[in-house]
Amino acid sequence: MRNFLILFLLSSVTVFSQVKTVKLDALTSLLNNDADSVYVMNFWATWCKPCIEELPYFEEATSAFSKKNVRVILVSLDSPAELDRVLLPFVKKKDLKSEILLLDEQNPNEWIDKIEPEWTGSLPATIILRNRIKKRVFLEKQLEKEELFTTIQSMME
Amino acid sequence: MKSFILALLFFGAVNAFSAEGLKIGDDAKEFSLKNIDGSMISLANYSGDNGLVVIFTCNHCPFSKAYEDRIIDLHKKYAGKGYPVLAINPNDPVSVPEDSFDKMIERAKEKGFPFRYVIDETQSIAKQYGATRTPHVYLLKKHSDNTFKIAYIGAIDDNHSDASSVKETYLSNAIESLIAQKSPAPETTKAIGCSIKWKK
Repeated sequence: MRNFLILFLLSSVTVFSQVKTVKLDALTSLLNNDADSVYVMNFWATWCKPCIEELPYFEEATSAFSKKNVRVILVSLDSPAELDRVLLPFVKKKDLKSEILLLDEQNPNEWIDKIEPEWTGSLPATIILRNRIKKRVFLEKQLEKEELFTTIQSMME
Repeated sequence: MKSFILALLFFGAVNAFSAEGLKIGDDAKEFSLKNIDGSMISLANYSGDNGLVVIFTCNHCPFSKAYEDRIIDLHKKYAGKGYPVLAINPNDPVSVPEDSFDKMIERAKEKGFPFRYVIDETQSIAKQYGATRTPHVYLLKKHSDNTFKIAYIGAIDDNHSDASSVKETYLSNAIESLIAQKSPAPETTKAIGCSIKWKK
């Protein structure tokens, strides 16, 4: 009964994800973490059509690997000034469950290379890594579900 | 020995891949692309200029839209100094109907584009140049032997969302450097943009 109540509370609280606004150092410390987990960091924006098309696969990954030491993080590059007007309504409408960060930095020329030197700046882009075994994959393209899941699974082995 | 050769082949392949696209100092690839007025445009159309501001851009991308007025201003400021803008739309209109040739004509009329706006129908020019996003700038300088070489690659400036908050005007700084017979610094910059929509 108690478990049921907790479950009920949890499910009613997490209706949709909250958005946390962060600076670059928060992202780089996530990317350099030494936890023995697979980190999936997807860079997207509400205005980016291919991003929206692949978003459901990241949502599926969030639920499919929820008990498997996999952390899916959606990093929005929407304008922080439009958080309330654009991003939050979008997150609510799509009922997104994954962890969402909003990057609040000005000049992309100064931060893109600090996230990934190979990144030319187009969206979407995704980093999948497991630092404990020194594995890191960078994908600057729209992903299909199979490629996303296969890459995550290859790092869990 | 066999694995050594394999390793060589492997690294050769990797290098060939990373060398994709043009780098600073490379000769600009020649092209022949259809302008919104129906004429075919190539580097020969710019033989009387000192260089060319090639911008891969399009209709639909919010970043491209945010830069339309700034691109118009750049052309107005620098065409007379021998650095006109050439806008190239590389997107596949099948995946983005808003980027079709007819829509390009419409958009150019609405905004009164003073520069040529051409379509890269086969997407081969975007691939040869190494463009990945819109907008993506390649600044060309014409040398004394009449060849065009790449002098700057990257962003227009450091703030897409608010022109009044721009601190670094990378592209116009680079053009000013060329006008002053200097090399742009920086020669390359990065920006966020829409991915080019490749044909499937």
